[in-house]
Amino acid sequence: MHVILFLISAMCILPFILLVISSVTDERTIYLNGYSFIPEKFSFDAYQYIWQDADRIFHAYGITIMVTLIGTVCGLIITASLAYPLSRKDMPLNKFLSLFVFFTMLFNGGLVPTYLVYTQLFDLKNTMLALILPSLLTNAFYIMLMRTFFMTSIPSALIESAKIDGAGEFFTFLRIVLPLSLPILATVGLFLTIQYWNDWFNGMVYITDSKLYSLQNLLNRILLDIQYLSSSDFGTQTELAADIPQESTRMALAVIGVLPILIVYPFFQRYFVKGLTVGAVKG
Amino acid sequence: MTQLAFQKRMNKTKKYFVLFLMMVPGLAYLIINNYLPLFGIIIAFKDYNYSQGIFRSEWIGLENFEYLFKTTDAYIITRNTILYNGGFIILNLIVGVSIAIFLNEIKNRFMSRFYQTAILMPYLISMIIVGYLVFALLSLETGFINKTILPWLGISDISWYSEAKYWPYILTIVHIWKSAGYLCVIFLATIVGIDNEYYEAAKLDGATTWQQIRTITIPLLMPVVTIMTLLQIGRIFYSDFGLFYQVPLNAGALQSTTNVIDTYVYRSLMTLGDIGMSSAAGLYQSIVGCVLVFISNYIVRKINKDNAMF
Repeated sequence: MHVILFLISAMCILPFILLVISSVTDERTIYLNGYSFIPEKFSFDAYQYIWQDADRIFHAYGITIMVTLIGTVCGLIITASLAYPLSRKDMPLNKFLSLFVFFTMLFNGGLVPTYLVYTQLFDLKNTMLALILPSLLTNAFYIMLMRTFFMTSIPSALIESAKIDGAGEFFTFLRIVLPLSLPILATVGLFLTIQYWNDWFNGMVYITDSKLYSLQNLLNRILLDIQYLSSSDFGTQTELAADIPQESTRMALAVIGVLPILIVYPFFQRYFVKGLTVGAVKG
Repeated sequence: MTQLAFQKRMNKTKKYFVLFLMMVPGLAYLIINNYLPLFGIIIAFKDYNYSQGIFRSEWIGLENFEYLFKTTDAYIITRNTILYNGGFIILNLIVGVSIAIFLNEIKNRFMSRFYQTAILMPYLISMIIVGYLVFALLSLETGFINKTILPWLGISDISWYSEAKYWPYILTIVHIWKSAGYLCVIFLATIVGIDNEYYEAAKLDGATTWQQIRTITIPLLMPVVTIMTLLQIGRIFYSDFGLFYQVPLNAGALQSTTNVIDTYVYRSLMTLGDIGMSSAAGLYQSIVGCVLVFISNYIVRKINKDNAMF
């Protein structure tokens, strides 16, 4: 049992280790031997190179952090304030509104109409909002998740008694329901954070201005550029190749992109597993 | 109406008014993000023209669809989408359930945590990073497989990024690698929830571990497995865009085996600017997708009412 699981775990982790080792491998060694777990020669040139070009990377980092922060906070507020009234069975129109929300999970207009709404109607192309808005309430799934939590884990007697004590609806929600809902808030918040941190699709679709590139988009650009150059036989190839980061630098960039998640992940694993489970069983 | 009753009614309106107010941002968002684009579906039936906009462009009936289904594209993308996702569903199931059962047998809590952490790790990273990892393995000149593994086996270099025939396997492996942890955690949670008494009774009767798995774990896991599978079947027409676009690095030479409906819609919109065709393909996807969701939800309902989505 241990042998099999160990092998599977190794298969999951080894690519990451290859990535990290490649990023500290000497450039010449990579050209001669390829990426390898046991390189002949180590070198931190790649990180030094990145440090020289830090502006661009820090800028992309900044965009990613900002988008992640704003997106997660706004997403949580909107999700919770939509899910709470839906969880109240005594609310009029409850059935209709729930259907209104859940229908969005079943059928959508597709990429083209959505793209046109955001670019033609709201003119969000090349704005930071384009990175945040399209994923704010990506799936009604989170709303369902929270609604189920509010329904099953917050005793309605508690809400009743708050009412008797004269608390308004909003006050009850803010001071009584939310503090009791920290587990679900943490779970959904974590999902949103990961989603925003990893998002590259919105950037690819709505952003053409490199000033607004998020980290993932920058990484994407670098990877695709290199593939394009190495697969074409342009005479200018060497000239261009001098501009783009070399092999180890590319891997170093990927390390920088993935590191925050890998560092934070073990601390949040508990919540994450809980969140997945709740989502699956109740979803 | 007495003074008191009136007062009561006012209070009630006021009370729910606050609740409704709370929902306004969320509902407004859904209207803009999800309902407004629904009207855009008519683009599929129009000869879309940027200067004239959606409503003033000319109606052309089903021409976009005719055009789409006459090309070989429609066949290839439908075939790829269904075969890939169908294969993923089956393999996910086998791999996910097996790992979950293995994990459940591990009594050492530290090691169990370690394995879980490792297996779930790929689930957390973006497809861009996955693209980098795959590139580090498969690159023609510097990839780990071409430089270390193949020479060791005595095979000459393979140009992975220009040979379409390898990609069904590569994409399947990458997909399983990335998503197995997620399913495994869900199945594991169900297994952990199984009442211990069953196992104790089985042990008293002298059942081996394998017999316990076969007669207790698997049957009790079946409801969750069925639901998860049906949910995935409902989404069989939607693919993981990142997997099919980023991991093959958008290489044109690979499109016969890497193009799916999602990447097709994206490419016809962004690269070719063919709005009519891409919205026709998008609508085709949405409608079939929606029908499949209804069918699988109907089946879920038949099996277990609590697990149905609606």
